[in-house]
Amino acid sequence: MANLIHFTQETLDAALAQKGLVLVDFWATWCGPCRMLAPVIEELAEDYDGKVTVGKVDIDEEMDLATRYGIMSIPTVMLFENGEEVDKLVGVRPKDSFTELIDAALA
Amino acid sequence: MPQEPPVSAICSHKPLAVFAQLYYNEGRDRTTGGIPLYDLLILGSGPAGLAAAIAGRSRNLKVLVVSNPPSASPLAKAERIDNYPGLPGVTGAELLDKLQSHADALGAEFLTGKALSALDMGRNWCLTVGQDVAEGHSLIVTSGVTPVQHIPGEERLLGRGVSYCAVCDGMLYRKRSVVVIGRSSDAPQEAAWLSSIGCQVTYVAAKRPEGLPEDIPFVRAGRLEIEGADRVEAVLADGARLPCEGVFLLRSAVAPGDLLPGLAFRDGYIAVDRSGRTNLPRVYAAGDCTGKPFQIAKAVGEGQVAALTAAEDAEASILER
Repeated sequence: MANLIHFTQETLDAALAQKGLVLVDFWATWCGPCRMLAPVIEELAEDYDGKVTVGKVDIDEEMDLATRYGIMSIPTVMLFENGEEVDKLVGVRPKDSFTELIDAALA
Repeated sequence: MPQEPPVSAICSHKPLAVFAQLYYNEGRDRTTGGIPLYDLLILGSGPAGLAAAIAGRSRNLKVLVVSNPPSASPLAKAERIDNYPGLPGVTGAELLDKLQSHADALGAEFLTGKALSALDMGRNWCLTVGQDVAEGHSLIVTSGVTPVQHIPGEERLLGRGVSYCAVCDGMLYRKRSVVVIGRSSDAPQEAAWLSSIGCQVTYVAAKRPEGLPEDIPFVRAGRLEIEGADRVEAVLADGARLPCEGVFLLRSAVAPGDLLPGLAFRDGYIAVDRSGRTNLPRVYAAGDCTGKPFQIAKAVGEGQVAALTAAEDAEASILER
Protein backbone atom coordinates (compact mmCIF):
# COMPACT_ATOMS: atom_id res chain seq x y z
CA MET A 1 0.00 0.00 0.00
CA ALA A 2 2.52 2.52 -1.25
CA ASN A 3 0.05 5.41 -1.19
CA LEU A 4 -0.73 5.14 2.50
CA ILE A 5 1.63 7.01 4.82
CA HIS A 6 2.27 6.06 8.44
CA PHE A 7 2.73 9.52 9.90
CA THR A 8 5.01 10.57 12.69
CA GLN A 9 4.75 14.03 14.20
CA GLU A 10 7.54 15.15 11.91
CA THR A 11 6.13 13.74 8.68
CA LEU A 12 2.59 14.91 9.45
CA ASP A 13 3.83 18.43 10.17
CA ALA A 14 5.72 18.34 6.88
CA ALA A 15 2.61 17.14 5.00
CA LEU A 16 0.45 19.83 6.60
CA ALA A 17 2.99 22.51 5.65
CA GLN A 18 2.27 21.72 1.99
CA LYS A 19 -0.74 23.02 0.07
CA GLY A 20 -3.51 20.51 -0.60
CA LEU A 21 -5.62 17.94 1.20
CA VAL A 22 -4.40 15.56 3.88
CA LEU A 23 -6.62 12.83 5.33
CA VAL A 24 -5.45 11.35 8.63
CA ASP A 25 -6.81 8.25 10.34
CA PHE A 26 -6.03 8.18 14.07
CA TRP A 27 -5.96 4.55 15.18
CA ALA A 28 -4.35 2.00 17.48
CA THR A 29 -3.40 -1.63 17.11
CA TRP A 30 -5.70 -2.73 19.95
CA CYS A 31 -8.78 -0.96 18.54
CA GLY A 32 -11.20 -3.33 16.79
CA PRO A 33 -13.22 -0.64 15.01
CA CYS A 34 -9.95 0.83 13.69
CA ARG A 35 -9.08 -2.49 12.07
CA MET A 36 -12.53 -2.52 10.52
CA LEU A 37 -11.97 0.93 9.04
CA ALA A 38 -8.45 0.16 7.80
CA PRO A 39 -9.46 -1.29 4.40
CA VAL A 40 -11.65 1.76 3.75
CA ILE A 41 -8.73 4.10 4.42
CA GLU A 42 -6.49 1.98 2.19
CA GLU A 43 -9.03 2.23 -0.62
CA LEU A 44 -9.21 6.00 -0.20
CA ALA A 45 -5.42 6.21 -0.44
CA GLU A 46 -5.60 4.33 -3.71
CA ASP A 47 -8.66 6.13 -5.13
CA TYR A 48 -7.28 9.60 -4.42
CA ASP A 49 -3.66 8.86 -5.26
CA GLY A 50 -2.04 12.09 -6.43
CA LYS A 51 -4.97 14.22 -5.24
CA VAL A 52 -5.06 13.69 -1.48
CA THR A 53 -2.31 12.67 0.93
CA VAL A 54 -3.79 9.84 2.98
CA GLY A 55 -2.14 8.51 6.11
CA LYS A 56 -2.52 7.04 9.55
CA VAL A 57 -1.35 8.00 13.01
CA ASP A 58 -0.87 5.22 15.58
CA ILE A 59 -1.86 7.08 18.74
CA ASP A 60 0.25 4.79 20.94
CA GLU A 61 3.31 5.85 18.99
CA GLU A 62 2.26 9.49 18.60
CA MET A 63 0.24 10.36 21.70
CA ASP A 64 1.25 14.02 21.39
CA LEU A 65 -0.51 14.23 18.01
CA ALA A 66 -3.66 12.69 19.51
CA THR A 67 -3.57 15.27 22.28
CA ARG A 68 -2.84 18.13 19.87
CA TYR A 69 -5.90 17.30 17.78
CA GLY A 70 -8.16 16.48 20.73
CA ILE A 71 -8.75 12.87 19.72
CA MET A 72 -11.28 11.49 22.22
CA SER A 73 -12.37 8.33 20.52
CA ILE A 74 -10.82 6.16 17.84
CA PRO A 75 -11.05 5.72 14.98
CA THR A 76 -11.17 9.44 14.21
CA VAL A 77 -10.50 10.64 10.69
CA MET A 78 -9.49 14.25 10.10
CA LEU A 79 -9.34 16.12 6.82
CA PHE A 80 -6.98 19.08 6.46
CA GLU A 81 -6.76 21.59 3.64
CA ASN A 82 -3.62 23.69 3.38
CA GLY A 83 -2.79 22.68 6.94
CA GLU A 84 -6.16 23.74 8.37
CA GLU A 85 -8.73 21.33 9.78
CA VAL A 86 -11.72 20.98 7.46
CA ASP A 87 -13.64 18.29 9.34
CA LYS A 88 -13.34 15.48 11.84
CA LEU A 89 -15.34 12.24 11.53
CA VAL A 90 -15.52 10.05 14.60
CA GLY A 91 -16.19 6.33 14.54
CA VAL A 92 -16.56 3.69 11.87
CA ARG A 93 -18.38 5.03 8.84
CA PRO A 94 -19.05 3.85 5.33
CA LYS A 95 -16.63 4.89 2.61
CA ASP A 96 -19.20 7.33 1.16
CA SER A 97 -18.94 9.55 4.24
CA PHE A 98 -15.28 10.13 3.49
CA THR A 99 -15.58 10.44 -0.28
CA GLU A 100 -18.33 13.05 0.12
CA LEU A 101 -16.11 15.06 2.43
CA ILE A 102 -13.07 14.80 0.16
CA ASP A 103 -15.02 15.47 -3.03
CA ALA A 104 -16.58 18.59 -1.50
CA ALA A 105 -13.12 19.83 -0.54
CA LEU A 106 -11.72 19.03 -3.98
CA ALA A 107 -14.59 20.76 -5.79
CA MET B 1 -1.48 -0.88 28.14
CA PRO B 2 -4.14 -3.28 26.86
CA GLN B 3 -2.78 -6.24 25.05
CA GLU B 4 -3.63 -6.88 21.45
CA PRO B 5 -6.23 -9.60 21.14
CA PRO B 6 -4.60 -13.01 20.95
CA VAL B 7 -3.83 -14.03 17.41
CA SER B 8 -6.11 -17.01 17.83
CA ALA B 9 -9.02 -14.63 18.38
CA ILE B 10 -8.65 -12.98 15.04
CA CYS B 11 -7.05 -15.18 12.47
CA SER B 12 -7.15 -18.81 13.46
CA HIS B 13 -10.05 -19.77 11.27
CA LYS B 14 -9.76 -21.40 7.96
CA PRO B 15 -12.93 -20.81 5.98
CA LEU B 16 -14.94 -23.97 5.67
CA ALA B 17 -18.12 -23.06 3.95
CA VAL B 18 -18.56 -22.51 0.30
CA PHE B 19 -19.35 -18.79 0.38
CA ALA B 20 -16.56 -17.82 2.73
CA GLN B 21 -14.19 -19.94 0.68
CA LEU B 22 -15.28 -18.17 -2.47
CA TYR B 23 -14.56 -14.74 -1.03
CA TYR B 24 -11.10 -15.80 0.04
CA ASN B 25 -10.45 -17.29 -3.37
CA GLU B 26 -11.18 -13.95 -4.95
CA GLY B 27 -7.87 -12.84 -3.54
CA ARG B 28 -9.14 -9.97 -1.44
CA ASP B 29 -6.30 -7.89 -0.17
CA ARG B 30 -6.28 -7.65 3.59
CA THR B 31 -3.13 -5.79 4.35
CA THR B 32 -4.31 -5.17 7.89
CA GLY B 33 -4.55 -8.94 8.09
CA GLY B 34 -6.47 -11.59 9.84
CA ILE B 35 -10.11 -10.53 10.00
CA PRO B 36 -12.00 -13.81 10.15
CA LEU B 37 -14.65 -14.24 7.50
CA TYR B 38 -18.03 -15.90 8.02
CA ASP B 39 -21.10 -16.52 5.96
CA LEU B 40 -23.39 -15.66 8.82
CA LEU B 41 -22.91 -13.34 11.77
CA ILE B 42 -25.62 -13.77 14.39
CA LEU B 43 -26.17 -11.18 17.09
CA GLY B 44 -27.61 -12.76 20.20
CA SER B 45 -27.61 -16.25 21.65
CA GLY B 46 -31.19 -16.61 22.74
CA PRO B 47 -33.54 -19.14 21.12
CA ALA B 48 -33.78 -17.18 17.84
CA GLY B 49 -30.03 -16.74 17.49
CA LEU B 50 -29.20 -20.34 18.35
CA ALA B 51 -31.93 -21.69 16.07
CA ALA B 52 -30.48 -19.52 13.30
CA ALA B 53 -27.02 -20.91 14.06
CA ILE B 54 -28.31 -24.49 13.87
CA ALA B 55 -30.12 -23.82 10.60
CA GLY B 56 -27.08 -22.01 9.19
CA ARG B 57 -24.77 -24.90 10.02
CA SER B 58 -27.28 -27.34 8.53
CA ARG B 59 -26.77 -25.43 5.28
CA ASN B 60 -23.00 -25.67 5.78
CA LEU B 61 -22.62 -21.96 6.40
CA LYS B 62 -19.71 -20.74 8.49
CA VAL B 63 -21.45 -19.23 11.49
CA LEU B 64 -20.37 -16.91 14.29
CA VAL B 65 -22.70 -16.17 17.19
CA VAL B 66 -21.88 -12.92 19.01
CA SER B 67 -23.50 -12.40 22.39
CA ASN B 68 -23.22 -11.55 26.04
CA PRO B 69 -22.54 -14.50 28.36
CA PRO B 70 -25.54 -16.90 28.37
CA SER B 71 -26.07 -16.17 32.07
CA ALA B 72 -26.97 -12.57 31.13
CA SER B 73 -30.00 -13.73 29.11
CA PRO B 74 -33.36 -13.04 30.78
CA LEU B 75 -34.45 -16.52 29.65
CA ALA B 76 -31.67 -18.07 31.79
CA LYS B 77 -33.65 -16.95 34.83
CA ALA B 78 -36.93 -18.63 33.80
CA GLU B 79 -37.63 -21.34 36.36
CA ARG B 80 -40.17 -23.26 34.35
CA ILE B 81 -41.35 -23.16 30.76
CA ASP B 82 -44.54 -25.04 30.03
CA ASN B 83 -45.44 -23.95 26.53
CA TYR B 84 -42.42 -24.93 24.48
CA PRO B 85 -43.60 -27.85 22.38
CA GLY B 86 -42.18 -31.19 23.41
CA LEU B 87 -40.24 -30.02 26.46
CA PRO B 88 -42.82 -29.27 29.18
CA GLY B 89 -41.35 -28.07 32.46
CA VAL B 90 -37.90 -27.29 31.06
CA THR B 91 -36.04 -24.44 32.75
CA GLY B 92 -34.77 -21.49 30.76
CA ALA B 93 -31.17 -22.36 31.56
CA GLU B 94 -31.67 -25.99 30.44
CA LEU B 95 -33.26 -24.95 27.18
CA LEU B 96 -30.52 -22.44 26.40
CA ASP B 97 -27.90 -25.04 27.27
CA LYS B 98 -29.50 -27.61 24.94
CA LEU B 99 -29.74 -25.12 22.09
CA GLN B 100 -26.18 -23.94 22.58
CA SER B 101 -24.82 -27.51 22.79
CA HIS B 102 -26.69 -28.34 19.59
CA ALA B 103 -25.29 -25.35 17.71
CA ASP B 104 -21.83 -26.02 19.12
CA ALA B 105 -21.91 -29.69 18.12
CA LEU B 106 -22.80 -28.65 14.57
CA GLY B 107 -19.76 -26.39 14.41
CA ALA B 108 -21.10 -22.92 15.10
CA GLU B 109 -18.49 -20.60 16.60
CA PHE B 110 -19.12 -18.29 19.54
CA LEU B 111 -17.70 -14.93 20.53
CA THR B 112 -18.64 -13.39 23.88
CA GLY B 113 -18.84 -9.63 23.90
CA LYS B 114 -20.82 -6.59 22.87
CA ALA B 115 -21.24 -5.72 19.22
CA LEU B 116 -20.21 -2.07 19.11
CA SER B 117 -20.42 -1.12 15.48
CA ALA B 118 -21.36 -2.58 12.13
CA LEU B 119 -20.29 -1.46 8.69
CA ASP B 120 -21.58 -2.57 5.31
CA MET B 121 -18.44 -3.17 3.26
CA GLY B 122 -20.48 -3.61 0.09
CA ARG B 123 -20.37 -7.37 -0.13
CA ASN B 124 -20.00 -8.20 3.55
CA TRP B 125 -20.83 -6.79 6.95
CA CYS B 126 -18.02 -6.02 9.31
CA LEU B 127 -18.71 -6.15 13.02
CA THR B 128 -16.60 -5.00 15.94
CA VAL B 129 -17.01 -6.85 19.19
CA GLY B 130 -14.93 -5.18 21.88
CA GLN B 131 -11.43 -5.38 20.47
CA ASP B 132 -12.29 -8.13 18.01
CA VAL B 133 -13.49 -7.76 14.46
CA ALA B 134 -15.42 -10.26 12.37
CA GLU B 135 -16.68 -10.08 8.82
CA GLY B 136 -19.66 -11.93 7.42
CA HIS B 137 -21.77 -11.97 4.30
CA SER B 138 -25.07 -11.76 6.19
CA LEU B 139 -26.10 -10.50 9.59
CA ILE B 140 -29.00 -11.85 11.63
CA VAL B 141 -30.12 -9.66 14.52
CA THR B 142 -31.68 -11.61 17.37
CA SER B 143 -31.03 -9.13 20.13
CA GLY B 144 -34.25 -9.65 22.05
CA VAL B 145 -36.11 -6.74 23.55
CA THR B 146 -33.54 -4.16 24.54
CA PRO B 147 -35.27 -0.94 25.45
CA VAL B 148 -32.65 1.77 25.26
CA GLN B 149 -33.50 5.26 26.25
CA HIS B 150 -30.83 7.71 25.28
CA ILE B 151 -29.56 10.01 28.00
CA PRO B 152 -29.90 13.71 27.18
CA GLY B 153 -26.62 14.81 25.56
CA GLU B 154 -25.55 11.27 24.70
CA GLU B 155 -26.06 11.32 20.94
CA ARG B 156 -24.76 14.86 20.51
CA LEU B 157 -21.54 14.14 22.41
CA LEU B 158 -20.89 10.61 21.18
CA GLY B 159 -17.24 10.53 20.11
CA ARG B 160 -16.73 13.86 21.83
CA GLY B 161 -16.18 12.39 25.24
CA VAL B 162 -19.05 9.89 25.26
CA SER B 163 -17.98 6.32 24.54
CA TYR B 164 -19.73 2.95 24.63
CA CYS B 165 -16.50 0.98 24.99
CA ALA B 166 -13.99 1.20 27.83
CA VAL B 167 -11.35 -1.00 26.21
CA CYS B 168 -11.63 0.92 22.92
CA ASP B 169 -11.26 4.46 24.20
CA GLY B 170 -9.99 4.11 27.77
CA MET B 171 -6.38 4.78 26.82
CA LEU B 172 -7.32 8.24 25.59
CA TYR B 173 -8.49 9.18 29.08
CA ARG B 174 -5.50 8.17 31.19
CA LYS B 175 -4.96 10.63 34.05
CA ARG B 176 -8.32 12.23 33.29
CA SER B 177 -11.58 12.14 35.18
CA VAL B 178 -14.28 9.96 33.69
CA VAL B 179 -17.77 8.91 34.71
CA VAL B 180 -18.84 5.33 34.13
CA ILE B 181 -22.59 4.98 33.76
CA GLY B 182 -23.00 1.32 34.62
CA ARG B 183 -25.96 -0.41 33.00
CA SER B 184 -24.51 -3.84 32.29
CA SER B 185 -23.32 -6.69 34.47
CA ASP B 186 -19.70 -6.30 33.34
CA ALA B 187 -19.60 -2.52 33.85
CA PRO B 188 -17.87 -2.79 37.28
CA GLN B 189 -15.02 -4.79 35.70
CA GLU B 190 -14.69 -2.23 32.93
CA ALA B 191 -14.64 0.56 35.53
CA ALA B 192 -11.91 -1.31 37.43
CA TRP B 193 -9.91 -1.65 34.23
CA LEU B 194 -10.22 2.09 33.50
CA SER B 195 -9.04 2.79 37.02
CA SER B 196 -6.09 0.40 36.60
CA ILE B 197 -4.80 2.27 33.54
CA GLY B 198 -4.91 5.58 35.40
CA CYS B 199 -8.35 7.05 34.73
CA GLN B 200 -9.99 8.85 37.66
CA VAL B 201 -13.27 6.97 37.69
CA THR B 202 -16.60 7.83 39.27
CA TYR B 203 -19.24 5.12 38.92
CA VAL B 204 -22.87 6.17 38.56
CA ALA B 205 -25.81 3.76 38.73
CA ALA B 206 -29.22 3.33 40.30
CA LYS B 207 -27.68 1.02 42.90
CA ARG B 208 -24.16 -0.03 43.83
CA PRO B 209 -23.28 -3.10 41.80
CA GLU B 210 -21.52 -6.18 43.11
CA GLY B 211 -17.88 -6.31 42.16
CA LEU B 212 -17.25 -2.57 42.10
CA PRO B 213 -13.86 -1.97 43.76
CA GLU B 214 -14.11 -0.08 47.06
CA ASP B 215 -11.69 2.61 45.92
CA ILE B 216 -13.90 3.71 43.00
CA PRO B 217 -16.27 6.49 44.13
CA PHE B 218 -19.91 5.53 43.65
CA VAL B 219 -22.80 7.94 43.06
CA ARG B 220 -26.36 6.70 43.25
CA ALA B 221 -28.55 8.43 40.69
CA GLY B 222 -31.45 7.70 38.37
CA ARG B 223 -31.90 10.87 36.33
CA LEU B 224 -28.87 11.63 34.20
CA GLU B 225 -27.79 14.23 31.69
CA ILE B 226 -24.49 14.76 29.91
CA GLU B 227 -23.34 18.37 29.68
CA GLY B 228 -20.90 20.03 27.33
CA ALA B 229 -20.82 22.38 24.35
CA ASP B 230 -18.60 20.56 21.87
CA ARG B 231 -17.08 18.05 24.28
CA VAL B 232 -18.10 16.42 27.54
CA GLU B 233 -17.76 18.69 30.54
CA ALA B 234 -19.89 17.03 33.23
CA VAL B 235 -22.59 14.55 34.11
CA LEU B 236 -25.64 15.75 35.96
CA ALA B 237 -26.65 12.95 38.30
CA ASP B 238 -30.01 13.69 39.92
CA GLY B 239 -29.03 17.35 39.66
CA ALA B 240 -25.55 16.93 41.17
CA ARG B 241 -22.81 18.09 38.79
CA LEU B 242 -19.92 15.65 38.30
CA PRO B 243 -17.23 17.38 36.22
CA CYS B 244 -15.46 14.97 33.85
CA GLU B 245 -13.80 14.75 30.46
CA GLY B 246 -15.18 11.38 29.45
CA VAL B 247 -18.36 9.38 29.94
CA PHE B 248 -18.37 5.62 29.44
CA LEU B 249 -21.95 4.57 28.92
CA LEU B 250 -21.88 0.82 29.41
CA ARG B 251 -25.11 -0.94 28.48
CA SER B 252 -25.63 -4.65 27.95
CA ALA B 253 -26.02 -4.07 24.22
CA VAL B 254 -25.91 -1.34 21.64
CA ALA B 255 -29.47 -0.92 20.39
CA PRO B 256 -30.02 -2.31 16.86
CA GLY B 257 -31.02 1.13 15.57
CA ASP B 258 -27.71 2.60 16.79
CA LEU B 259 -25.70 -0.34 15.51
CA LEU B 260 -27.34 -0.29 12.09
CA PRO B 261 -28.23 3.27 11.06
CA GLY B 262 -31.17 3.27 8.66
CA LEU B 263 -32.69 0.06 10.02
CA ALA B 264 -36.48 0.31 9.73
CA PHE B 265 -38.77 -0.25 12.71
CA ARG B 266 -42.48 -0.88 12.98
CA ASP B 267 -44.24 -0.08 16.27
CA GLY B 268 -40.87 -0.01 18.01
CA TYR B 269 -39.68 -3.39 16.69
CA ILE B 270 -37.41 -4.24 13.77
CA ALA B 271 -39.56 -4.42 10.65
CA VAL B 272 -39.17 -7.73 8.81
CA ASP B 273 -41.01 -9.58 6.09
CA ARG B 274 -42.15 -13.18 6.48
CA SER B 275 -38.72 -14.38 5.45
CA GLY B 276 -36.94 -12.37 8.12
CA ARG B 277 -35.50 -9.76 5.76
CA THR B 278 -35.11 -6.22 7.07
CA ASN B 279 -34.88 -3.13 4.87
CA LEU B 280 -31.06 -3.31 4.90
CA PRO B 281 -29.14 -5.50 2.46
CA ARG B 282 -28.10 -8.88 3.88
CA VAL B 283 -29.53 -8.02 7.30
CA TYR B 284 -32.21 -10.24 8.82
CA ALA B 285 -33.93 -10.23 12.19
CA ALA B 286 -35.70 -12.83 14.29
CA GLY B 287 -37.22 -13.34 17.72
CA ASP B 288 -38.48 -10.83 20.26
CA CYS B 289 -36.72 -7.91 18.54
CA THR B 290 -39.20 -8.25 15.66
CA GLY B 291 -42.21 -7.91 17.96
CA LYS B 292 -44.88 -9.86 19.79
CA PRO B 293 -45.70 -12.55 20.71
CA PHE B 294 -42.62 -12.91 22.92
CA GLN B 295 -42.65 -16.69 22.76
CA ILE B 296 -39.73 -19.10 22.49
CA ALA B 297 -41.36 -21.22 19.80
CA LYS B 298 -41.95 -18.15 17.66
CA ALA B 299 -38.35 -17.04 18.16
CA VAL B 300 -36.99 -20.46 17.20
CA GLY B 301 -39.12 -20.56 14.06
CA GLU B 302 -38.13 -17.06 13.01
CA GLY B 303 -34.46 -17.75 13.66
CA GLN B 304 -34.56 -20.78 11.43
CA VAL B 305 -36.43 -18.96 8.67
CA ALA B 306 -34.01 -16.01 8.78
CA ALA B 307 -30.97 -18.28 8.46
CA LEU B 308 -32.49 -20.22 5.56
CA THR B 309 -33.41 -16.96 3.83
CA ALA B 310 -29.88 -15.65 4.35
CA ALA B 311 -28.50 -18.85 2.83
CA GLU B 312 -30.80 -18.61 -0.18
CA ASP B 313 -30.01 -14.93 -0.74
CA ALA B 314 -26.27 -15.56 -0.49
CA GLU B 315 -26.51 -18.41 -2.96
CA ALA B 316 -28.50 -16.26 -5.37
CA SER B 317 -26.01 -13.40 -5.12
CA ILE B 318 -23.14 -15.75 -5.92
CA LEU B 319 -24.96 -17.20 -8.92
CA GLU B 320 -25.61 -13.67 -10.20
CA ARG B 321 -21.90 -12.89 -10.32
